[in-house]
Amino acid sequence: MSKTIASKIGSESQILSVGSYRPKRLVLNEEVAVRIDSSDEWIQQRTGIESRRFADDSETVLDMATWAAEDALKKAKLAITDIDTVIVATITFPFQAPSAATAILQRLGHPKAAAFDINAACAGFSYGVSMAHDFIKAGTSKKVLVIGAEKISDFTDPDDRATAFIFADGAGAVVIAASDEAGIGPVEWGSDADNRDAIQMNPSWIEVRDVETQLTKAGSKWPNISQEGQKVFRWAVFSMSKAAIKALEAAGLTVNDIDAFIPHQANVRIIETMAKEMDMPESVIIADDIRKNGNTSAASIPLAMDALLQQHPELHGKLALLIGYGAGLVYAGQVVKLPPKP
Amino acid sequence: MALSQADVLAGIKEIVEEVAGIPAASIELDKNFTDDLEVDSLSMVEVVVACEERFGVKIPDEKVTDLATVGDAVNFIVNAAA
Repeated sequence: MSKTIASKIGSESQILSVGSYRPKRLVLNEEVAVRIDSSDEWIQQRTGIESRRFADDSETVLDMATWAAEDALKKAKLAITDIDTVIVATITFPFQAPSAATAILQRLGHPKAAAFDINAACAGFSYGVSMAHDFIKAGTSKKVLVIGAEKISDFTDPDDRATAFIFADGAGAVVIAASDEAGIGPVEWGSDADNRDAIQMNPSWIEVRDVETQLTKAGSKWPNISQEGQKVFRWAVFSMSKAAIKALEAAGLTVNDIDAFIPHQANVRIIETMAKEMDMPESVIIADDIRKNGNTSAASIPLAMDALLQQHPELHGKLALLIGYGAGLVYAGQVVKLPPKP
Repeated sequence: MALSQADVLAGIKEIVEEVAGIPAASIELDKNFTDDLEVDSLSMVEVVVACEERFGVKIPDEKVTDLATVGDAVNFIVNAAA
């Protein structure tokens, strides 16, 4: 006689807190412009970026991720031992294995929770939020730490006129926990995998190794990030504004029901054109952390969320639309209730 | 649906004025988008997408770099719609 398998049922979820770590060194456009024969004006006109932060040797991607996690835990008044699941979104942790997530647990003194990294590039944080929500809904997890952390300066060619002025370093984290009311809406996600070459880190480690060891003459170099700006801009603005609207619809809301819009901080021009395409009312506060802190890939949404809550404390507990999009090309968006005041 | 060159030029003038803030009067067939009109690469994408919607044509990413002048864009759209 066959027995049935017992199953769990979870609950809704909410973001309890957001924490961040920004590298100490602020780098102005003048500094990056020198190597790409550009100017502060040119960079600002194309991206809206005025400055960015680059981490130094005392700020590894793991350090930044750990410090952002500590900040989020402190604001949630929780200890790391309260966390049962850790998800780290990153494309710049320079080890294939073991994961950044397990290293963070060990550093924080709780080497027990479920832990893993995800690669969804600049969409990684929104993917992580979606997974955390689903784990809680399924009863798999109760309290999840989602961290987006990047040290993209390690994988950027300072002489590349398409990327050198865009990318930056930093880490952000949220604690997501079970709740009675829905604090995280259904995810709208997907990909445009036919355009996976539009943003990439090339060559592979195998090619790097073969050049280093003289096994081949592949002419390979370091896997720095590259990007086809026009293709990405078109996809980001015109496809992502539609995806963002679908995320609102999935939550039973419209642009008139939200208080804040926190898209991935890719480029001010993308953010502004997206908002225009979506007919975003002026009452919605739009995150623009990229102006001062650059594009930090998977870290950009939690960093922008934390900055927005510091500038606008009235947004604590209010509704925000998040959308992450990046290399893959992949995207994920959802409506969230911003964390309460710590 | 066949489009006339004059209709397409008039439409592009409106679009470029709307997207890049360039007065329609200064937009002529021989003007280069980048050098004469100072439409940068990202604004060019907005112009292209607006043209696609307005004229019901498809302008692939790899074709955008071939559209150096307003005349290039007009011809491409007229041919694509024919």
